[in-house]
Amino acid sequence: MELTGAEIVVRCLQEEGVEFLFGYPGGAVLNIYDEIYKQNVFKHVLVRHEQAAVHAADGYSRASGRTGVALVTSGPGATNAVTGIATAYMDSVPLVVITGQVSVPAIGLDAFQEVDTVGITRPCVKHNFLVKDVKDLAATLKKAFYIASTGRPGPVVVDVPKDVTMHKTEFSYPKEISLRSYNPVIKGHDGQIKKAVQMILGAKRPMIYTGGGVILSNAAEVLNKLVRQLGYPCTSTLMGLGGYPSPDPLFLGMLGMHGTFEANMAMQHCDVLVAIGARFDDRVIGNPEHFYQEGRQIIHIDIDPASIAKRVKVDVPIVGDVGEVLREMLKLIQASHEKPEPAALKTWWTQIELWRSRNCLKYDTSSLLIKPQYVVEKLYEVTEGKAFVTSDVGQHQMWAAQFYPFDQPRRWINSGGLGTMGFGLPSAMGVQFAHPDAAVACITGEGSIQMNIQELSTCKQFNLPLKIILLNNRYLGMVRQWQEFFYGNRYSESYMDALPDFAKLAESYGHIGMRIDKPGDVEGALKEAFALKERLVFLDFQTDQSENVYPMIPGGKGLSEMILV
Amino acid sequence: MRHIISLLMENESGALSRVAGLFSARGYNIESLNVAPTEDETLSRMTIVTRDSDEVVEQIMKQLNKLVDVVKVVDLSEGLHIEREMMLVKVKAEGIWREEMKRMADIFRGRIIGVTENTYIIELTGAVSKLDAFLEALETGAIIETVRTGTSGIGRGDWVLKV
Ligand SMILES: Cc1ncc(C[n+]2csc(CCOP(=O)(O)OP(=O)(O)O)c2C)c(N)n1
Repeated sequence: MELTGAEIVVRCLQEEGVEFLFGYPGGAVLNIYDEIYKQNVFKHVLVRHEQAAVHAADGYSRASGRTGVALVTSGPGATNAVTGIATAYMDSVPLVVITGQVSVPAIGLDAFQEVDTVGITRPCVKHNFLVKDVKDLAATLKKAFYIASTGRPGPVVVDVPKDVTMHKTEFSYPKEISLRSYNPVIKGHDGQIKKAVQMILGAKRPMIYTGGGVILSNAAEVLNKLVRQLGYPCTSTLMGLGGYPSPDPLFLGMLGMHGTFEANMAMQHCDVLVAIGARFDDRVIGNPEHFYQEGRQIIHIDIDPASIAKRVKVDVPIVGDVGEVLREMLKLIQASHEKPEPAALKTWWTQIELWRSRNCLKYDTSSLLIKPQYVVEKLYEVTEGKAFVTSDVGQHQMWAAQFYPFDQPRRWINSGGLGTMGFGLPSAMGVQFAHPDAAVACITGEGSIQMNIQELSTCKQFNLPLKIILLNNRYLGMVRQWQEFFYGNRYSESYMDALPDFAKLAESYGHIGMRIDKPGDVEGALKEAFALKERLVFLDFQTDQSENVYPMIPGGKGLSEMILV
Repeated sequence: MRHIISLLMENESGALSRVAGLFSARGYNIESLNVAPTEDETLSRMTIVTRDSDEVVEQIMKQLNKLVDVVKVVDLSEGLHIEREMMLVKVKAEGIWREEMKRMADIFRGRIIGVTENTYIIELTGAVSKLDAFLEALETGAIIETVRTGTSGIGRGDWVLKV
């Protein structure tokens, strides 16, 4: 049967098993919206800004492991979506973003709401398409889903001109697809894996360094087995938290700019470093020249060959899916007669425990002001460590990462690569759609929350019982911290003036708002909020304005050059 | 070091801008770039000449391979290969220059493919160094206009870039 392009778009999404489509209508996509109206296989979620549509699809994907889908109109719809697309790109999140476009004959003529979406998004997508012929539409969407979700995942944009949504063609959705120019390597090279295992078993000061790749490849379980089998210390990047259970003694905490003393010192001083789905970026190892350590050998497992040897020289590169490679490694380790040398390992652990005893995350618990760290600790207790936590960007993000010990993958959702303020609330919506019965908290700052606060309206419409944990320090805190440390206390434009009464604001959107001023009220407020299972509660914690995130590695410095409290 | 990267990519609109965009976004330099369809019309072949450290060129190769439209990439500088560039030079051909230009074209095995009363167009093919040498050998005042294709390269013998 012949279908219109708009019908085809809807049918393709149904064939892909899409549950939620996050979007916002406009002229170029009206035909598609008309078809959405006529169906009830998937649910459309109307956001209040296109950036939020993409972040919501992104949060949905990160929490569920499935591909997130968003639909926006041409021109401003597409440009508003760009921040969301770039955010997903930097964190390798599989998304398909369908953008409307002006009709084919109008392309290039500066038509109303025309923008070169393929051109604008090219540097921040895994791939993108402009569909000029309705005959290519179904196959292109199939390709988009395939490319987005395989290999190193990422967002794929499909730009669909309005006339293509009206034209008709015979519909058939391809079951399988193969592209001669795109064949991600899944299985690691046997020889390299053997070599790595020998190196790992021969290590005297081993260190396991994991990243977001562990989460993306669903490799947490095998990582756990491997680390426990070896008894080696393990750390994680901001993106990999929850890949290995944070409360476990083998876990040294997060590493990097705001990582723990023990994790950063062990990174610097180990003799064999196993990097798993992590990419040695600047926020993680600081200055690569300082990071270089004579005699240290590096094994690097990643599905993206371009991530290997990009910032540091690697001794044993292994290209492949992290989960696949770890399973092979575990088999070899279990079968091997060689065992790690107990005496050397003991000495190494003694050293690590010494670093750990520095207790680098300690903070003043006797303060009369609410300490942001305390709020996150209490949040952990009240939610029994089981909440999904999204965050925005700033100090609160780092405190969330440091003080909520995630013990499962896909529970911690934040914009690590692009560092997008405004990500927290819309991504939490996506998480709640993926897990309707779960406790979902968004830890945010008063700067960040205002970047997508309009989504409180979406939350009302769809009854999303999020808990918004605002660590309100009346400052763009992270900016203020840098100004305090590196700009002689000149707080240029980092004070947040004229703030709204957030509790009242939340109420005017139809939610529950609370303002908490005293440390003694923190726990009670959290308990009360999480007991309100059906309602969104906005908790405005008035926190200590002067608090800083420690430890901190100043930009351009090395891992062992931390500023400590 | 100078590298000649040769690649096959899907002959689709936008493929060229992906490659060019990659070079500018990541700050890789391009000395020359040329592209044209191959005997298989679904594929285009591109030759990029770049000058950078081996580490950077390794990254360039990986990043090119990562582009979804790119089917195959080789660094021709890694093996035996032949490279050629074609240049058209419009020169003054009046008075004493008329003989001189013809003589120069002969020495460099160029061909005069366009003649007017006072100009010649000389076609010259060869390695980049030969084309450079030709331009240097000409008196500066004689050159009116030049256009060059950028380098194309191909592996020798059994070394084939094909899908
Ligand atoms: C969209 C965007 N603009 C600017 C920045 C730069 N930036 C990083 S952290 C920060 C301050 C965030 O303030 P707030 O949300 O109040 O959180 P706090 O640091 O106080 O916890 C800013 C402005 C950013 N990351 N994203």
